[in-house]
Amino acid sequence: MIRYITQRLTESVIVLFVMSFIIYALIGLMPGDPVDLMISANPRATAEDAARLRALYGLDRPIGERYLAWLGAALQGDLGYSRLNSRPVLEVLWPRLGNTVALMGVSFVLAIMLALPCGIVAALRPRTATDTSINLIAFAGISVPPFWLAILLIILFAVVLGWLPAGGMPPSGAGLGAQAAYLALPVATLTIVTVGGIVRFVRAAMIEALRQDYVRTAWAKGLGERQVVLGHVLRNAMIPVVTILALNFGALFSGALITETMFGYLGMGKTIYDAILGNDFNLALVGLLLATATTLLANLAADLCYTWLDPRITYK
Amino acid sequence: MTARLAAILCAAVLGLSAATVARAAELKIGMSQFPSSFNPHFDAAVAKSYALQMTQRPITAYDQDWELICLLCIEIPTLENGQAKLETLSDGGQGIAVTYRLQPEATWGDGTPVTSADMVFTWEAGRHPKSGFGNFEIFRRMLAVDVIDEKTFTLHVDRVDFTYSAAPFELLPAHLERAVFEVDPAAYRNRSTYETDTTNPGLAFGPYRIVEVVPGSRIVLVPNPTWWGTPPAFERITLLVIENTAALEANLLSGAIDMIAGELGVTIDQALAFEKRHGDRFNIVYKPGLIYEHVDLNSANPILTDKRVRHALIHGLDREALNRTLFGGKQPVAQTSVSPLDWVYDPDVPSYDFDPERAKALLEEAGWIPGAGGMRQNASGERLTLELMTTAGNRSRELVSQVLQSQWRELGIDARIRNEPARVFFGETLNKRKFTGAAMYAWVSSPENVPRTTLYSDQIPTAENNWAGQNYSGLANAEMDAVIDAIDIELDRGKRKALWSRLQHLYAEELQIIPLYWRASSFILPKWLKGVRPTGHQNSTTLWVEDWYAEGR
Repeated sequence: MIRYITQRLTESVIVLFVMSFIIYALIGLMPGDPVDLMISANPRATAEDAARLRALYGLDRPIGERYLAWLGAALQGDLGYSRLNSRPVLEVLWPRLGNTVALMGVSFVLAIMLALPCGIVAALRPRTATDTSINLIAFAGISVPPFWLAILLIILFAVVLGWLPAGGMPPSGAGLGAQAAYLALPVATLTIVTVGGIVRFVRAAMIEALRQDYVRTAWAKGLGERQVVLGHVLRNAMIPVVTILALNFGALFSGALITETMFGYLGMGKTIYDAILGNDFNLALVGLLLATATTLLANLAADLCYTWLDPRITYK
Repeated sequence: MTARLAAILCAAVLGLSAATVARAAELKIGMSQFPSSFNPHFDAAVAKSYALQMTQRPITAYDQDWELICLLCIEIPTLENGQAKLETLSDGGQGIAVTYRLQPEATWGDGTPVTSADMVFTWEAGRHPKSGFGNFEIFRRMLAVDVIDEKTFTLHVDRVDFTYSAAPFELLPAHLERAVFEVDPAAYRNRSTYETDTTNPGLAFGPYRIVEVVPGSRIVLVPNPTWWGTPPAFERITLLVIENTAALEANLLSGAIDMIAGELGVTIDQALAFEKRHGDRFNIVYKPGLIYEHVDLNSANPILTDKRVRHALIHGLDREALNRTLFGGKQPVAQTSVSPLDWVYDPDVPSYDFDPERAKALLEEAGWIPGAGGMRQNASGERLTLELMTTAGNRSRELVSQVLQSQWRELGIDARIRNEPARVFFGETLNKRKFTGAAMYAWVSSPENVPRTTLYSDQIPTAENNWAGQNYSGLANAEMDAVIDAIDIELDRGKRKALWSRLQHLYAEELQIIPLYWRASSFILPKWLKGVRPTGHQNSTTLWVEDWYAEGR
């Protein structure tokens, strides 16, 4: 097992190196550069100013040369400065990563807590009123556009009722209650749009598992419903569900762009998006690499999870 | 019992008034962007000037009436008042020595006086080749700074142009920044105290100073005790950044913010829609400014080299109706690149009214006659087809381009819309003149801004000049070049105005660039907020934030 984990981690490091070059090249090949953005807002800037700034920031050098310079510095622990924030990249990313973990983590856990029982109940009572109702709600969650849902929630809870803040980040030194209040609407939006997909997936996996011979055997042995469903069906049904959850977990670090934008929430998704649009090479690159690394680690964790769910699976 | 009830009522009333006073003490402003930097000399972004103009002032600036005034100095230096003097340079050329006297009471928030030493440091840092200042050229043109006394200095500039009196830049606090700069000028951009210790009181001498920054989210300002001017009315100003404009509106309605900054808030169509729904609760102020929407016609396109075709294109557009229908009449039709609010504007410049018959006659005169399906073609059967490009995703521009397409189709011109994301459009298509016909976008200008980078023939981007310059239409007119050169060095206002008039006439006659309209900013203000005066130019309303006050809140 340790050998397997070491091998997967080595592969992940190679993937990250390759990805760093691909991402750097893609960002570098995009039309325009940071100097274009700087001078477009400055009527006093001259063509000489633009040429000088390009030379100063090394933007007149070939992309390969720039990448090697970045890689050399990164390997020595210097990930560079964010152009859009005038701060070291990690100083910008860490707090936003924390915000994303809080937002996505809470909504992810909430979504699983809601989706598992709903998916199980729907699978156990197929084509009944309960199943239909759960499916309808799930489809509504899948179909609702997050920007529309976010505006609806803001209008209802912030404008009409005045119970919750309309968006933004809690003031410095705010207590847990205030922080929860600021998190409530973004979490609700994300949970509603996420839960439907997981419900549908759990339901499908459960129905598939319920048809298996070993389940029939379990019923024939006279086991109780709780033992059959939780001990045999759910455990086997969880293997494909874990795969999907691992992929969703990877998306956690690239954040929820629309929700973050609508609520003025400072998370990873908006940060990476702004960095790409604003030609902030260092920030975009490190943010995207972090998202890649998380996806790789989440998939490794999912693979390890399979051995726990199904002891027949082993890695050598 | 009655006494007790009265006491409760009194307490309630007192409590209410205390709450009212406390609320009136804070102003919460919503805006859609966060500054990318806090150092006034890097990245000339509107978000930054909006915040920083409350904490600092340039030496001189254009006021709300577009007149050059002193903000940090006490008198505008001129040749007439003797504070500016022509001088001969060592190479025999002519330069000018301009003397400024700083406000005697100007003091940084940590108690250090604002002095000539700050000017010397700003000049040294600004002209250093590795410092990366956005306006390096301004400082490079200053050959020397002579310190006369603690509050007086003379700038020796290597050329004489009509802007010699203006010093439109902010001073840096030498007592905080010099040491940081001298360690590594190339790293100064990132290590400046403005970035590493943004709430340092020594960075502000204006009416407010920054006391809290949550990157990407909010900036909190409180009154600066060393400010020498009118005491500011608000005990606290919070700038809240909400990028989505629908969410910005919802925050305004919920009371989370008091106003939306016109400089960085909602678009004109959103403001018009908001006014219809909530106009009774807010003051909505529309201020046309110096953002000039126009259509560049590529001079490399043989169809567009014929002036008659260019004139037909503008005669075929009902720009007044476009302004009325799409923008509620708030974005005035432009005649040239010079704003009617600018003192050099010439009202007698030829204007092109909507005249489809005249447009058709001009096209026929140019050899474009109606062919199959009503579309025009020339004698060799070539159709009159033009590509019309603008930024995809910009709703206003997309609507306008559809109107242009439809109106030109009425003339028999086949305009084909091909929009691109702003990043591609500005970063590649315009910069390298890859648009084949017409390109619609905006220029950002300033009062009496000489259009050298956009209209001078040596500013046409080419592979040879490494795509430098912004003359994307490819206008090449020797007289225009000569007029631009002459304007730059003409110090006499009367003569300069005549030159500006000639420039506008040339612009209107050439019509290599079709003027559309002046974009307006939309300020959504609470009815109790008084004293906010939009400028219409690049200086934010916050440059006069000490004039803002609450009345009847």
